[in-house]
Amino acid sequence: MTYIAKPRFHHPSLIENKLGFTRRDYEGKVSTLCAGCGHDSISAAIVQACFELDIEPHRLAKLSGIGCSSKTPDYFLGASHGFNTVHGRMPSVLTGANLANRDLIYLGVSGDGDSASIGLGQFAHSIRRGVSMAYIVENNGVYGLTKGQFSATADKNSKSKKGVVNHDSAIDMVSLALQLGATFVGRSFSGDKAQLVPLIKAAIRHKGAAFIDCISPCIAFNNHAGSTKSFDWVREHNEAVNHLDFMVGRAPITAQYAPGETVSVEQHDGTVLTLRKVAADYDPTDRAKAMGFLMERQAAGEVVTGLLYIDPEAEDLHDALDTVATPLNQLGGGDLTPGSAALAKINAALR
Amino acid sequence: MEPTNVEAPDYFHKVVDCQWACPAHTPVPEYIRMIHAGRYADAYMVNWKSNVFPGVLGRTCDRPCEPACRRGRVEDEPVAICRLKRVAADHKGDVSARMPLPAAKHNGLRVACIGAGPASLTVARDLAPLGYEVVVYDGDAKAGGMIRSQIPRFRLPESVIDEEVGYITDLGPVMKLGQRVDSLKALLTEKYDAIFVGTGAPRGRDLHIPGRQEAAASIHIGIDWLSSVSFGHIDKIGKRVIVLGGGNTAMDCCRTSRRLGGESVTVVVRSGFEEMKASPWEKEDAMHEGIPILNWMVPKAFVHDNGRLTGVMFEKVEPRVGEDGRRKVVPTGEPDQFIECDDVLLAIGQENSFPWIERDVGLEFDQWDMPKVDEITFQSTNPRVFFGGDAAFGPKNIIWAVAHGHEAAVSIDAFCRGNDVRLRPPPGVTLASQKMGIHEWSYDNDVSLDLRFKVPHLETSKALADVKAEVELGFTLEQALAETQRCLNCDVQTVFAAPACIECDACVDICPTDCITFTANGPEDDLRTRLKAPATNETQDLYVSGTLPTGRVMVKDEDVCLHCGLCAERCPTGAWDMQKFLLDITHAGGSGCSR
Repeated sequence: MTYIAKPRFHHPSLIENKLGFTRRDYEGKVSTLCAGCGHDSISAAIVQACFELDIEPHRLAKLSGIGCSSKTPDYFLGASHGFNTVHGRMPSVLTGANLANRDLIYLGVSGDGDSASIGLGQFAHSIRRGVSMAYIVENNGVYGLTKGQFSATADKNSKSKKGVVNHDSAIDMVSLALQLGATFVGRSFSGDKAQLVPLIKAAIRHKGAAFIDCISPCIAFNNHAGSTKSFDWVREHNEAVNHLDFMVGRAPITAQYAPGETVSVEQHDGTVLTLRKVAADYDPTDRAKAMGFLMERQAAGEVVTGLLYIDPEAEDLHDALDTVATPLNQLGGGDLTPGSAALAKINAALR
Repeated sequence: MEPTNVEAPDYFHKVVDCQWACPAHTPVPEYIRMIHAGRYADAYMVNWKSNVFPGVLGRTCDRPCEPACRRGRVEDEPVAICRLKRVAADHKGDVSARMPLPAAKHNGLRVACIGAGPASLTVARDLAPLGYEVVVYDGDAKAGGMIRSQIPRFRLPESVIDEEVGYITDLGPVMKLGQRVDSLKALLTEKYDAIFVGTGAPRGRDLHIPGRQEAAASIHIGIDWLSSVSFGHIDKIGKRVIVLGGGNTAMDCCRTSRRLGGESVTVVVRSGFEEMKASPWEKEDAMHEGIPILNWMVPKAFVHDNGRLTGVMFEKVEPRVGEDGRRKVVPTGEPDQFIECDDVLLAIGQENSFPWIERDVGLEFDQWDMPKVDEITFQSTNPRVFFGGDAAFGPKNIIWAVAHGHEAAVSIDAFCRGNDVRLRPPPGVTLASQKMGIHEWSYDNDVSLDLRFKVPHLETSKALADVKAEVELGFTLEQALAETQRCLNCDVQTVFAAPACIECDACVDICPTDCITFTANGPEDDLRTRLKAPATNETQDLYVSGTLPTGRVMVKDEDVCLHCGLCAERCPTGAWDMQKFLLDITHAGGSGCSR
């Protein structure tokens, strides 16, 4: 770990966003992770995304479980709300928080151990319920804190640092999320911020369960030949299906693309996602085809990245439960306990 | 861009902005760290080797290092480098045992130095320990030149001059003081293998306007007057004084006047306040002593009453941009302004003066009547005669004189040994890793956020009462230690080894000042616009690596790097390392000036 705090001095040209904050204002404490950890790059991408989205720090809650990845919320958005929960239980706590205060932006940060092993059930149910959140799994395929055992996302036949070959099948979080009904699914790579930052921005602005599987090489235990989560492997096998330009509002597209090269998707809140196609015929709004494409490319040994699926008409848990528009934590006593007459009315309706 | 060649001694030298800007290339961050470590004598000797007069310069230097200081681009003000130098000098204790010994025996070569100012004394210091018989001539009774004659005692106590001049005279040069050289021709007939001319710019410029002759008794040439004050020939001046001129000599004149009975002292300058040549801190000190500075006023006439000066008439002017785009100073048309006074001090410039150099000794002069001197070797067209200091290229300052002296000594040494003076031996360069542990460095990489500390001053009433009372008291040790921590250690370089890089972005993410970018290569102009933060300061280099496995290059903009070492701390493969760059500037005979 680094002993000194990151100096406050910054480049003289550092710009401010609409709120008057610089990117540096969205940072947290200095990271205690190993030097070169992919997770630190993801933290930097989250910082950049929140800065660009002009997010007021007090309007965002970051929740995490246990693990290297789950430590990272300490290293970004130092002025936001945070909850470092029990191992694998972040989705439940996030769901509860979201129900109590629907006005906050929820950022779930987890890892492959936290979400694909101990918390797999929690992950699954938060996705299928459509909790409005940006759920990022910092996926390195290894248990770094316990010195490098395979995690549940390690690919079958990949090798550990010690040379052991993994016998177990891998859990593919992206396929799982698609199957479970996530309305926004992306995959990215910590070493590609040009792809990752817009993806995080779009996920944050998505209404519904937005899931990003971000491959994040573990420098200490999973960046060797034979690993399928190393910098070299991911760079060699990365197949981006599209490049995302994220825009708030109906801003004109400044980059000029030939007709048919781009797809624009407008979300509920008016944000426009412009996708520059890389893989011909890839349609990110077709869940079944997306799943098929993923299976096919995965079998060919490729790591498919980009915005893989989006449902622009997505609804969330609050829509399903038909909850009141006012956050529960702002309702007064009279609203929350309407009295015996109201209870009698409800009971009568159930007879 | 081609990959940066960091092996070239200049590349990392330029990154150490202060050292690069210092004419004598003093290793500033090195001695500042020594001060922080309490190694005042070591810090002093590092200075002494480079700039010969640390105690003098720590009080009077023109400080080209400070405007260059990287700290000034990161926050408001540069490190107080000059005043830290003084701290080293004030607290060093007895360093006589560290000084080089006089040469055990002469090498049979004789060098004459004309003038005993900073340039000549530097030549003497560099050459005497090598065995040269150096003979120093000066018209004054004491050595030091303008350091002793022109700088007021309230800025520079005589004891400091005596001490530092003494370190040189202890090396055994023959000091022929009180012996002004009146003929170079005559000196050339004496058996000197080389002659160094370090006679400065001794003539103060006069102002020929009406009344000059008649009121001559009350109109004084600034540098001559300062010299007379320094040597005790003058100890008072009229109650109302006008100082004409806007340079540092003008500031010395007005402040000295305040101490010699001048109650109402006014500085009048023909330019604007910002354009004045005086250093900002000297203007500040003058104004602090109740001296108004009036700008945009041109003296028209000395007004007198039968030879008794009564005042000066000024025309008011203003700058105006003419049709040719050039700025001109033109009269405003307002009525002239008369300022009463008893004495006038002229500090409107200095000139060289070589009446003692005959024009038939093989030494050519140019169209401005200045000797033709080679800018690198300091040799004149008479190969035995070398120039340095103000005598070479006109008035500059002490630190330039010292730098000239070093270079001239290198030339003289080569010349006397029959070598080509144009072959300049390269400086010694060392680059050593500062890594002590995984996240430990042999320098303190934590960046202090303190603002510049102010040097305490003597109470004004006490300062004005005594022309010899030093105004600046120097930093207290507590202040000095805090000020040292403002130094960014720019000599501890970020060195990048492309083969080790795995392009994980850790350095990009941690860098507090967005210096590092991994991107496609391109021409410099284009690259400068494509970096994480635009590199608009073109005086600062881009450090470009060779091509990395992804086809990109690493580009680091040196401009506002804090040298905090976080890139190296966060680098998993040691591709970044913090390495201390030390430049051993070439001195005559190598290490002649260390024991």
